[in-house]
Amino acid sequence: MVNRKIVGAHYGLKDWLAQRITGVMMAIYAVLMAVALVSGAGSSHESWKEFMSCGLVRFASFLFIVSLCWHAWVGVRDIWMDYIQPAGIKLVMHVLTLSALIGYAGWATQIIWRL
Amino acid sequence: MTTRTLQFKIYRYDPDQDQKPYMQDIEIEVDATDRKLLDVMVKLKAKDDSIAFRRSCREGVCGSDALNINGRNGLACLTDINSFPEGKPIMLRPLPGLPVIRDLIVDMTQFFKQYHSIKPYLINNDPPPERERLQSPEDREELNGLYECILCACCSTSCPSFWWNPDKFVGPAGLLAAYRFIADTRDQATNERLDNLEDPYRLFRCHTIMNCVDVCPKGLNPTKAIGKIKDMMVKRAI
Repeated sequence: MVNRKIVGAHYGLKDWLAQRITGVMMAIYAVLMAVALVSGAGSSHESWKEFMSCGLVRFASFLFIVSLCWHAWVGVRDIWMDYIQPAGIKLVMHVLTLSALIGYAGWATQIIWRL
Repeated sequence: MTTRTLQFKIYRYDPDQDQKPYMQDIEIEVDATDRKLLDVMVKLKAKDDSIAFRRSCREGVCGSDALNINGRNGLACLTDINSFPEGKPIMLRPLPGLPVIRDLIVDMTQFFKQYHSIKPYLINNDPPPERERLQSPEDREELNGLYECILCACCSTSCPSFWWNPDKFVGPAGLLAAYRFIADTRDQATNERLDNLEDPYRLFRCHTIMNCVDVCPKGLNPTKAIGKIKDMMVKRAI
């Protein structure tokens, strides 16, 4: 195969936008959590458990976990794109990263929803 | 006429003679008629004619004397010699991130390759009018701050994303030029131009650190232009 630099993958905007939107969602969640803590939701284990098991908080926590993993995917993928040049190793790292993040997302959701 | 001595440390490398680059110490007497760094460099060249650097218009228009001056990219012809701190040698290096041909002269092939990749010319398939393609004053206003780029490469060679991916990331100078044509109401290839940049490397390697804005000798703002390209892409997508 001719060794040419090829660009034009056409997913730049989607990932850039996703990283910004997920960043905003995580920031909103962090503020909500800070407000909850200040207002005494974390004063005891029971009150914290009650707060975290509320439907709305579960929903927000799930969104946060998905946002975190999606955000991390774009960031880590950028690192692999910059630092790993052989396409085969890069693809393997992408797959491993995706697998780990999807696994973490499922695991975290299971923990949060079990409350 | 009062004179003073300026000390320089100049990056020297002649691939035909030197094993590796080195910094040469050199002093030069300057007087009140020497105002800009380029004036002094011309004197340095007279003292040691083996020093190689590019220069042409000596008034900030051609962009050929771009250098790394005391760690910061800039044009020698626009840099005031009184702006240097007293008692410290002035460090002159070639623009970072591009291959050195000799001393302060870099190979700008990659830089211009990226510039050409954005098709820096008006694309309009309509038959040309008798006189000129007109724009409203408001539409023309949008091109201010874009067309003035002199392609000195100070911005692109101060950008870590360009250092890392010079073959894939267009770089601030190229992207400023890209927006110059995307913003031009007379251009008919807006979609193709946006498609050309819709890539994780070509445009989105810009992480908005704004080194380009910091060093541009013409006071232009490539980061703002890049942001506007991203805005247009978002508007197109949603």
